[in-house]
Amino acid sequence: MKTNEELKTIATQIRRDILRMVCLAKSGHPGGSMSSTDFLTALYFNQMKQDPATWTRDGKGQDMFILSAGHMTPVYYSLLSRAGYFPVSELASFRQMGTRLQGHPSVRKNLPGVFQASGSLGQGLSAAAGLALGKKLDKDDNFVFCLCGDGESEEGQIWEAGMFAVFHKLDNLIAMTDWNGKQIDGPVDQVAGEGDLAAKWEAWGWRVIVADAHDFEAIEKAYELAKAGKGSGVPTMILWKSEMGHGVDFMAGTHKWHGSVPKPEQLEDALKQLGETPLGDF
Amino acid sequence: MKYQDSGKKDTRSGFGVGLLKAGQADKNVVALTADLKGSLKMDAFAAEFPERFIQCGIAEANMVGVAAGLAITGKVPFIGSFAEFVTGRVYDQIRQEVAYGCTNVKIASSHAGITLGEDGATHQTMEDIALMRALPGMVVLNPCDFNQTVQATIAAAKYNGPVYLRFGRPSVPNFTPEDQPFEIGKAIVMNEGKDVTIFATGHTVWEALLAADALEEDGIKAEVIDIATIKPLDEAAVIASASKTGAVVVAEEHNMAGGLGEAIAGVLAANKPTPVEFVNGEDKFGQSGTPAALMQAYGLDAPHIAEAAKKALKRK
Repeated sequence: MKTNEELKTIATQIRRDILRMVCLAKSGHPGGSMSSTDFLTALYFNQMKQDPATWTRDGKGQDMFILSAGHMTPVYYSLLSRAGYFPVSELASFRQMGTRLQGHPSVRKNLPGVFQASGSLGQGLSAAAGLALGKKLDKDDNFVFCLCGDGESEEGQIWEAGMFAVFHKLDNLIAMTDWNGKQIDGPVDQVAGEGDLAAKWEAWGWRVIVADAHDFEAIEKAYELAKAGKGSGVPTMILWKSEMGHGVDFMAGTHKWHGSVPKPEQLEDALKQLGETPLGDF
Repeated sequence: MKYQDSGKKDTRSGFGVGLLKAGQADKNVVALTADLKGSLKMDAFAAEFPERFIQCGIAEANMVGVAAGLAITGKVPFIGSFAEFVTGRVYDQIRQEVAYGCTNVKIASSHAGITLGEDGATHQTMEDIALMRALPGMVVLNPCDFNQTVQATIAAAKYNGPVYLRFGRPSVPNFTPEDQPFEIGKAIVMNEGKDVTIFATGHTVWEALLAADALEEDGIKAEVIDIATIKPLDEAAVIASASKTGAVVVAEEHNMAGGLGEAIAGVLAANKPTPVEFVNGEDKFGQSGTPAALMQAYGLDAPHIAEAAKKALKRK
């Protein structure tokens, strides 16, 4: 188990990776990657039962993770490499011709750690429900985690999956929403009027946990509470109250960094704000 | 005719029998439906393997994703609904979760084509082959009768990779051998001939055989080839027969765009330019009616196939 201080250091390094990756690629999605960095760091380094050395796509005997909001590849790839799935140096190839680090996750490049393709929004929660059901059929007593965006949750299929998971009693499914309130075209409630996600998921019959996405103590508690739902016959949704672009002042709290990339001088400023870590850049 | 109708049966019932057999042979086979268990003839499978039958409700998009997840864990999922609702409605889900996602999902597509009948155009897809053919790596099967659908279902279960399995609603002649194993990617020469080749698929295979009988009365020897696998297409068989006869008809219960006709025309254009006549739904939507009336009205039955054969012959 990593201490909260250690997790903080890793998360800082991951945010540095995210920004350096998108700047090298001159494209990519830093905003949501930075809002979800902290709770995903805790997931991969403390919470998930997983072993990069024995990873297989069928996930047998391990916890599994689906990134439904597939555009958050900068944080995903940084996490996977920092957790040992592939060399950190490979992050430099993000979005380049021939790379395993496709703009959105692919299973066609033999990239360890990726269970399913994603990117076309709204589909990952269904796939995660299928994984969770597969584990139940196999009597495999492990969890399936899935991360959706709040903007993504405007897709109707998310709610189809939500109904399915309750009906089939998938209490080994822990879904999460990066509730940063922002999407490409603006604040979520000015784009689509999504409203109170907590009330909606509760109405859908899920166990709902709302937690601060940038406080490691709260994050760890939320995961423990989520896992305690096993045996309840009910799936759990963690709604992470997060801030898009968290960690860099000029990127924080605005939709403008959903899918745009800092200029060189902005990158320099951002990296200065984050500070170097002993883990080192890729 | 050398083929005998052993008694009319619907091809969807062939799927139901094949699914049960596949399930008995492999405990990883699971079946999912979106509130069409009865229509897809999944009842016997569901009764024998209740834990492996997954009701998804009327939510096809989710069903595709769930199936992909199950496949990742090692299951062999068959997802069943009407052809339109497991193709057009969920094209992007199939593209990402199944085709691009390389998951071992079998798409069981019932009530395909115009012979769905009375429900009318909203339910009669004549575009599904085009959609599924367009997906890299997707195998597209369209068996012609009950017996062949049983075997195609078993073959689909054994094949490792995405399969689109198309069948229909109405009772039609059952004429292929009961235990003829289904070989994915192999065309089946039903009737040898030397004057014209009729490539047919699904319900039009029987119509093509009737057409060949009628043509024989006029002294025309038609070769009838059952294209039970539309993708990967048996190009060698297509080229060989076209080389022999020098005139081709392609008959399918599907529209022109993206169908078997275009697939065969493409192979012939590149390898063996040959006059081709097309018997298909052209560029139209269907309408309510009995299957037989619709097949006639849309020009898909035996007389239309025979007429097309004569046209192709004249162009030699």
